[in-house]
Amino acid sequence: MKKLSARRRHPLAALVVLLLALAVTGGLYAALAPAPKAQADDSAQSLAIEQGKKLYSVGCASCHGTSGQGSSDGPSLVGVGSAAVDFQVGTGRMPAQQPGAQIPKKKVIYDQAEIDQLAAYIASLGPGPAVPTKDQYSPTGADAGKGGELFRTNCAQCHNFVGKGGALTNGKYAPTLQGVAPKHIYEAMLTGPQSMPSFPDSTMPQDTKADIIAYLKEVDSSTSKNPGGLSLGSIGPVSEGLVAWVFGLGLLLGIATWIAARTTKAKKS
Amino acid sequence: MSTTTEGSTRRGKKPVGQRAAEWTDPRLGLYKLAKSNLRKIFPDHWSFMLGEICLYSFIILILTGVYLTLFFHPSMNEVVYHGPYAPLQGVRMSEAYASTLHISFEVRGGLLIRQIHHWAALIFIAAMLVHMMRVFFTGGFRKPREINWLFGWTLLFLGMFTGFTGYSLPDDLLSGTGIRFADGAVLATPVVGSYLSFFLFGGEFPGHDIVARFYSIHILLLPGLMAGLLTAHLILVFYHKHTQFPGAGKTEKNVVGMPLLPIYAAKAGGFFFLVFGVIAAIAATVSINPIWTMGPYRPDQVSTGAQPDWYMGFSEGLIRVMPGWEINAWGHTLVLGVFIPLMIFPVVLAAIAVYPFIEAWVTGDKGEHHILDRPRNRPVRTGLGMAWLSLYFVLLIGGGNDLWATHFHLSLNWITWFVRIGFFVVPVLTFLVTKRICLGLQRRDRDKVLHGRETGIIKRLPHGEYIEVHEPLSQEQRHVLTAHVQPEPIDPGPEVDENGVERKINPVSKVRAKLSRGFYGENGQIAKPTVEEYEEITSGHGHH
Repeated sequence: MKKLSARRRHPLAALVVLLLALAVTGGLYAALAPAPKAQADDSAQSLAIEQGKKLYSVGCASCHGTSGQGSSDGPSLVGVGSAAVDFQVGTGRMPAQQPGAQIPKKKVIYDQAEIDQLAAYIASLGPGPAVPTKDQYSPTGADAGKGGELFRTNCAQCHNFVGKGGALTNGKYAPTLQGVAPKHIYEAMLTGPQSMPSFPDSTMPQDTKADIIAYLKEVDSSTSKNPGGLSLGSIGPVSEGLVAWVFGLGLLLGIATWIAARTTKAKKS
Repeated sequence: MSTTTEGSTRRGKKPVGQRAAEWTDPRLGLYKLAKSNLRKIFPDHWSFMLGEICLYSFIILILTGVYLTLFFHPSMNEVVYHGPYAPLQGVRMSEAYASTLHISFEVRGGLLIRQIHHWAALIFIAAMLVHMMRVFFTGGFRKPREINWLFGWTLLFLGMFTGFTGYSLPDDLLSGTGIRFADGAVLATPVVGSYLSFFLFGGEFPGHDIVARFYSIHILLLPGLMAGLLTAHLILVFYHKHTQFPGAGKTEKNVVGMPLLPIYAAKAGGFFFLVFGVIAAIAATVSINPIWTMGPYRPDQVSTGAQPDWYMGFSEGLIRVMPGWEINAWGHTLVLGVFIPLMIFPVVLAAIAVYPFIEAWVTGDKGEHHILDRPRNRPVRTGLGMAWLSLYFVLLIGGGNDLWATHFHLSLNWITWFVRIGFFVVPVLTFLVTKRICLGLQRRDRDKVLHGRETGIIKRLPHGEYIEVHEPLSQEQRHVLTAHVQPEPIDPGPEVDENGVERKINPVSKVRAKLSRGFYGENGQIAKPTVEEYEEITSGHGHH
């Protein structure tokens, strides 16, 4: 007993006790806890999850934690659903390159199969919105007029009339929606990435999301022609004012100078 | 008998023009008017054609505007759209908006005319501002032209509001947001704000009247006032005769230039078509105010990038950068965040309007001036003009702060703070820098007169020294550089009277004397070379 009471005051004693306690709790949990996902181990789904977990450990875990619990560098991914993964990784926003006001869209570094595996793994962490199917987000048959009204009511205050994007506070911004895949627009509405609020089916039903996508497709300047000529970025009167000054008045001043320079002069005798 | 017959046949043989003239002249008195004015002399300078750009774009605006009124319905009755533009199918909108869509997509040439009208409006007001600043920097506003300066300024002011009421008519989401902005400004008026708003909109915003009301203001009231002022402006230009830049042979008592007929009229007529051509070319290639992309106005909707046209941009800037202060007392709210910008808005504009009177008071200048100043010779005035422009531009940055943020990858908040501080600091810095530049240019002028132009030719003298060859200026050039009068600052009189007792000087005249020293004291201008200095140097004795 004397030996024990002497070692009780050893500096490492607390650590040993902590390790012992952890080992016991962990061991007990492993032995007693139910293992609901231990079945159907060899299905395609669980293979995808396993592959996804491997990809996750390499590309994502440094910020989001080894099992998606999040850290000071990245939010928890439990319950974000496969739709969020498909959007974030599918548009190249994730994995993030550097911290900043906002994570920008960039080159996609995973192929779609890998994105699906990552999505399957994240979806396995907790229930969340799933990747939409094509008939959910397809603009065919949707009402672009209604979509336009919904877009102006819910989206235009950040993304501009025709989805050209706009500024938010402190260097953040609403990105342009031109050229964005319908699936990704749908997923963004569903999951609300970064500063964007989410519009789940309970507030914005599935078919109205398709209406919005149909509207955006109609007004996309890269595919539809602008009846008025050059669109100047469709960002409102500021660019118009710039053109009026630089090209309009600039040209007219040039002409005025030209006319004044070509004047009749008294003949030199 | 025979003579009568002969006389009548001779009368019958008279040319048509002469007969027309003989018929009209006793009735209209054209001959006298034409005789005195057709040979009116106009000096030639590119900057004297800025006012013409304004006049011509105003004419273009009237012409295209008349065409647009044929198809536009100034009504806020609700209709459901079933026109050719697919993304608005089945959308409820006002008749005003539907008829603008009709003009844009169905009326022959409608979209082109609409775009010419709108581009001409932007260029009209831009040209007015540049024209005003030309007059400002060259001192063209001095006696006897102060009233014409005010006419011109009023035209600019009315032009801004004609533009505002014009782009508010289509009742699209952007214009409705602009009217909402105006409503907010009206509501911020203490005590009577809400009454004024209800009066203006015929009830709660947006009501059913505002488009029709703006329509009569836009097509009748304001253009009518402007046409009248424009005529008065031009009559005064004829009456005063045009100013001219200093040069050989030009005095305060003559005008050197081209006669109205035929040369000036030909030039001006040709310039009209060039202005029309440039505006039409821009309108044919570049979209402006594509109202179909914006959707009909609904008070519950708004879009980002909701800016006014450029000439209202500085008021937008004032609102955007103003902190949202408000005072709540006795159950009422005074929205300083809107009210203060609303008060600064006219002050910014009035500051430049009253400048001629302030300058005349400070400098005590009561003489008539027909020879223009070179801006460098009036450093304080040029500095103040540039300071005003810099303030205007800083506020424009504030008005477009979101687009500066997205296009230059800056933080919106930084831009707002830049404008808040810049509002006070930038004009002061601009004034100081411009004044220094002007003084520097005056020094250079002095140097050029005394020592000639630097030719860039380096000569080596027999004893090894290198010198740059200076070429004397021509007499015309020397005249331009030295013709200006350098006024003396006002002398407030001695500080003590003949008995050595301190004299009581009116504090106002003290300030005036101080300001006058700022204008024309030793820090306000560089003394131009005197004849003695010039002769001493050119005589060869004092040459280095």
